[in-house]
Amino acid sequence: MTTLTLNLLSWFNGLSETDRTIRLFVQLGVIGALSVAILLPLFSLLSKSVEDSDGHFVGLDNFLTYFGSQGLQQSLSNSLFISLVVTLIVVVCAFLYAYVLTHSRIPVKGLFRFLAMLPLLAPSLLPAIALIYIFGKQGFLREWLFGAEIYGPIGIVMGSVFWIFPHAFMILYTALRQNDARLYESANALKTSAFRTFMTVTLPNARYGLISAALVSFTLMITDFGVPKVIGGQYNVLATDIYKQVIGQQNFQMGAVVSLVLLAPVLLTFVAQRYVESKQKVTVTSSSKPYLPSKKLSRDLLGLLVCLPILASMLLVVGTAIYASFVTYWPYNLSFSLNNYQFDLMDGGGWASFGNSLQMAAWTALFGTLLIWFVAYFNERAAQNVLLKRIVHALAILPMAVPGMVLGLAYIFFFNQPNNPLNSVYGTMTILVLCTVAHFYTVSHLTFLTALKQLDKSFDEAAESMKVGWFKRFINVSTPLCLLTIVDVFFYMFINAMTTVSAVVFLYSPNTILASISVLNMDDAGDLAPAAAMAVLIMAACASARLLHWLVTELISRYLQPWRNRAV
Amino acid sequence: MAMMKIMKKCVTSAALMALSGLGMAATELTVYTAFEAEDLKRYKAEFENKNPDIKVNWVRDSTGIVTAKLLAEKENPQADVVWGLAGTSLLILKDEQMLETYKPVGFEKLSPKFRDNSAETQWVGLDAWMAGLCVNTVEAQKAGLPMPSSWEDLTKPVYRGHVIMPNPNSSGTGFLDVSSWLQMFGEDKGWEYMDALHENISRYTHSGSKPCKLAAAGETPIGISFAFRGAKEKTKGAPVEVVFPSEGLGWDVEAAAIVKGTDKLDAAKKLMDFAVSEDAMRMYNVGYAIVAIPGIAKPVEHFPENAEELIIDNDFGWAAKNRKDILSTWASRYDGKSDPK
Repeated sequence: MTTLTLNLLSWFNGLSETDRTIRLFVQLGVIGALSVAILLPLFSLLSKSVEDSDGHFVGLDNFLTYFGSQGLQQSLSNSLFISLVVTLIVVVCAFLYAYVLTHSRIPVKGLFRFLAMLPLLAPSLLPAIALIYIFGKQGFLREWLFGAEIYGPIGIVMGSVFWIFPHAFMILYTALRQNDARLYESANALKTSAFRTFMTVTLPNARYGLISAALVSFTLMITDFGVPKVIGGQYNVLATDIYKQVIGQQNFQMGAVVSLVLLAPVLLTFVAQRYVESKQKVTVTSSSKPYLPSKKLSRDLLGLLVCLPILASMLLVVGTAIYASFVTYWPYNLSFSLNNYQFDLMDGGGWASFGNSLQMAAWTALFGTLLIWFVAYFNERAAQNVLLKRIVHALAILPMAVPGMVLGLAYIFFFNQPNNPLNSVYGTMTILVLCTVAHFYTVSHLTFLTALKQLDKSFDEAAESMKVGWFKRFINVSTPLCLLTIVDVFFYMFINAMTTVSAVVFLYSPNTILASISVLNMDDAGDLAPAAAMAVLIMAACASARLLHWLVTELISRYLQPWRNRAV
Repeated sequence: MAMMKIMKKCVTSAALMALSGLGMAATELTVYTAFEAEDLKRYKAEFENKNPDIKVNWVRDSTGIVTAKLLAEKENPQADVVWGLAGTSLLILKDEQMLETYKPVGFEKLSPKFRDNSAETQWVGLDAWMAGLCVNTVEAQKAGLPMPSSWEDLTKPVYRGHVIMPNPNSSGTGFLDVSSWLQMFGEDKGWEYMDALHENISRYTHSGSKPCKLAAAGETPIGISFAFRGAKEKTKGAPVEVVFPSEGLGWDVEAAAIVKGTDKLDAAKKLMDFAVSEDAMRMYNVGYAIVAIPGIAKPVEHFPENAEELIIDNDFGWAAKNRKDILSTWASRYDGKSDPK
């Protein structure tokens, strides 16, 4: 009788005792891995901030020193101010651009959309370098600044707007595309003026997108280090302060303190962001109709008038960087040469750094995608313990709230302790890969969650009742079904690993120096043209990856998942 | 069958021997340096030619950075040898007991100014580098600037916003400038001078060669840098003149030492022996007008021959001892000002 009940019970749960134990262990293993990659390093950072250079506990002394120093406080207000300015400009530009693309019938929209994404393929150092050639003392458009100096807030704002633009644009484009056509039909029927429709329909519907874009832009700006480093001149911000404290003075304690100061506004925007996102989901319902703009020439011309200057300035930046990289000696000898590509004669890492970057990006993409996909799947579809599930989810979301430099610094503290058993990864490619995976973890994780949500749970329920093990389901069912998303994440990881500076700037060693770091070092040494050349090279690599991404996606949907095409 | 086994064994052991031979060929030294980047390949090749069983892995950054890095890694040193770092910095490392005692072959030939003459010899000098102004004649003319001839000249209002200098916290060149001003003018006058100069500085760079490269590229008319860099840029075809301010020039030796605790001591010693050899001196002389063994140096193109007469009587002990204080005073005075103009 008892055996029968037990059997019945386990049949009802679909799980044997061993299976249950295995799942629990996997859950604990996942938590352990994520803790090593994220939580423990952050904890080391925290404890470092309350120590002196000999490792004695000093309470809040470091923070008092920090807030007692006028220079460092100035950086805090500079950071906040400049981030607000950049956010405002980016959101306005990106909104206009996205609005035109979704609410007009301008030609070659696809091209407009594609080119808007261009900055994503380059490190943030590229626009800063290009701006020196455009507006610097020898820049070809320097008169446009009316004597103002590009080195400083103006340069930071311009350079940052360039590379943050696509991030805000993507969010706003999605938000505006979801505008419900039925509302516009009603407005039209009621003979509402275009302006009024815009104010009462378009804007309110896009409000979460707007807030979300603003928060993302703010975070990207306040945590970016590349642009202020190259073109900031004497205008100090928090991110460059961390760099100066750590690299310039090897004052790790103060670096930790500034990191925590930087973490505060980022955490705040992060919480706000999560809140906004949870609200956003309810705006689209199953009965919504996508908005299709009607034909109207005057509006389309106006649209072009708005979009073209934005696009032109982006192309100017990219074009200048490419051009400058092939010039012999700016500005005195503008003849063509490949001298700037002789990286082995410059500071930085030489050509080897480019090879390292490709290698690091490939490992990050491969290992990161597999790990994150496994964790996302397991946590959503196989994990049993609800509390542990929540912990995993929280750990997966956390990296988004941690700026790359802060994570990198935390990694030094954690992995360079002589008594850490993982000490041997310090200075290797492994730590670069690990840090980069952790840095870009959240977006990938959330992407997988979305894909899993679209995947009918009944697959798993049916398989579970037929006693097909979760791992088998993972390999044979979910992975093939989500292949396109997996490919997306793979290339997302690859491109970000190629372009990131902030996550790895503290972690590279002579044998693992990366291309993006080379750009930074060459600029530091005053070799601006070679720095531009390396940045251009990174962009070319990312563009090739993007092309490959497109090809792979085409192949998969044509040959491996033809049912997708039929469904559409 | 037995034959086959023996043959197999032979092949395996041969392969093993080949492997271990390769292992021996690759004693890899991690060498921290602040040498100019363009020299690294040449120096490495010259050394490895003579020592094919040792491989040099450079870690290069500005003087201040390399120094700070070494200090930060005190408990867990990553470098085997320091080859090409300011003498002032090595004095600090010696103070921290981070250097190995070793008197390289040929030590006696070095000019006494260029070596650690204490009982426990821990570092040797290689060459000297000195301050110098890089003036872009085209840009200076455009901006209507007269040619400066002294440090004092640079504080004149006409140069406001036209001067760039390296940040002494990261750059060895920046530090030797600051240290020489404090020694030449006295402490109070020295800081007063920097206050006045600060008014004219458009920005402070991380690296010591960058101001000169910026001057060469026309981004600034005047860069406070070091002489060798200016001569080099001029050779490349940039419209720059190297100016030696009349009050005197700060200078420092570039030196080498073995980091205590290295497990590759033999290879490290070989590198030290090479670093002070006459061949190495000729190698440094391609860029540096003053090298450690007297009588070897030949004049360098675009580099004034009287440079040696202009260098100040640098008190390295004083500079090393006060380095930390000088740098933090400097940072609190000039680093935090968001806009120096």
